[in-house]
Amino acid sequence: MAEDVAIIGIGMHPFGRHDNTGMEQGAYAARAALKDAGCDWSDVNYAFGGSSAAGNADTMVSALGLTGLPFINVANGCATGGSALISAYNAINAGAADVCMAIGFDKHPKGAFDPDPADFGLGKWYGDTGLMLTTQFFGMKIQRYMDQYGISASTLAKVAVKNFHNGSLNENAWRRKPMTEDEVLNALMLSNPLTQYMFCSPGEGGVALILARGDIAKKFQKKPVYLRSAVLRSRPFGSFEVFNSWLSPDRGNSPSVGAAAAAFKMAGMSPSEMDIAQVQDTESGAEIMHMAECGFCEDGEQEDLIQSGATNLDGRLPINTDGGCLANGEPVGASGLRQVYESALQLREDAGAHQVPKPIKTAFTHVYGAPGISACTVLSR
Amino acid sequence: MWCVHAAGQVNRSWQSESHEGLERCEDKSMTKQIPVAEELFTWPSDAPQLIGTHYPDSGVTTFPQSTACPKTAAQNGERVLLPRIGKLWSWTIQGFLPKSPPYAGKETPKTFKPYGVGYVQLADEVIVESRLTTAEASELKIGMDMELVIIPFTTDDDGNELVTYAFAPVKK
Repeated sequence: MAEDVAIIGIGMHPFGRHDNTGMEQGAYAARAALKDAGCDWSDVNYAFGGSSAAGNADTMVSALGLTGLPFINVANGCATGGSALISAYNAINAGAADVCMAIGFDKHPKGAFDPDPADFGLGKWYGDTGLMLTTQFFGMKIQRYMDQYGISASTLAKVAVKNFHNGSLNENAWRRKPMTEDEVLNALMLSNPLTQYMFCSPGEGGVALILARGDIAKKFQKKPVYLRSAVLRSRPFGSFEVFNSWLSPDRGNSPSVGAAAAAFKMAGMSPSEMDIAQVQDTESGAEIMHMAECGFCEDGEQEDLIQSGATNLDGRLPINTDGGCLANGEPVGASGLRQVYESALQLREDAGAHQVPKPIKTAFTHVYGAPGISACTVLSR
Repeated sequence: MWCVHAAGQVNRSWQSESHEGLERCEDKSMTKQIPVAEELFTWPSDAPQLIGTHYPDSGVTTFPQSTACPKTAAQNGERVLLPRIGKLWSWTIQGFLPKSPPYAGKETPKTFKPYGVGYVQLADEVIVESRLTTAEASELKIGMDMELVIIPFTTDDDGNELVTYAFAPVKK
């Protein structure tokens, strides 16, 4: 059943800052994925893709070939890439296609995002008065979490140190300079308790994945990776999200809790069976909270896990093995697909300098974004 | 209408406050204080309150006002004035100048001063997001008592002061 969808090709345009357009970065990733899959663009019979700030993905057919295939543009904020992947997964499961492409790319200007309150159902006053900043949400969510569950500033910094270390080993990463805990802690305080180096930055990049029916996967790729589940959830009542002018005192779960649980259930596996995980690290606190929300530990256990190095490349559960958003930046459309690209690379043992040393069979990915959406996948060899 | 509580209790006489407000405007010749949005908070008032919508079936209160309950989709919400005092639920300090738009402040990177932002729980009714009057981390602690105030945050093109709501630590 779920074994029937395989990832047969992966392609990435390096993340960072580049002179070419976001669309060109997407086309570059698409060509790389086709080459990796050993197939032609004409073999692809469905495509889903999107960007948040770099144009309509289907425009790319003029660079890849006008084969007439159905190409659906996806726009779903930070889960754009994840939504493209889920659409491709569903198209193959539904029998609508044998070979599908999921693609995401983006190119954002420097600095924090500057969204329009109206796009999020908010009055103009919300932006006028200086509340329309995702960074404030992340600061306030981890501020309360640290107070409730005893997470230290040192642990926040250690997440960033780990991810910059992993990024330094990854040739496709943007930030490749390792940093010390003191450098992270003593950097400019952007949104207390989070410093400049605890936040990821909007950036550029592109990722494409070629998916195929499991029974034909080995015709193309000798090391296919299987997508055991792909799930998207929006927010339930009582969750705490970006751009909430109010919250209910009757607190509920984050959409990540529901998305991760559904992904594990669909895959028939549990969090303890995952060998590696990529979880959304918009900032270092997010990685900490998402570890618990996705079911990898109880609230508060992150303090010991991270301090003891359990999430390092050579740890018990390596997290964000490619450096995560912190080292790669966040081109919104591509970010979720980067996690799946990295998981496939690790499962194929092709990650080179940032390959985890232990043998691995399973991987998990999780993206989270405004206004409260989460997409998760479970993958295996 | 402005000052009637949900329970029907009448607030202080807003007419006299309004009169004081007008007098103050005349004193400053042309400048006026203008709320950043209508129906966000009671104004003018020397005991201002935020205005929300309460849904009797679910008990959910939203801020600001809304047209449907996010829990039950009921559309029978009632306009309510929210408690003026609450407890700090979480906080941060905005450390860099936000992009304009959407930010309406007229600071430059050189003149910008960080400002506090937090969530304040108002009884068991609702937790509201707000600017805070202090940007000192040492003055903020989750669980502390906070009180609603109205603060100027920028001026419009005619030189009028735009005012918004904020929460201030309750002085012991």
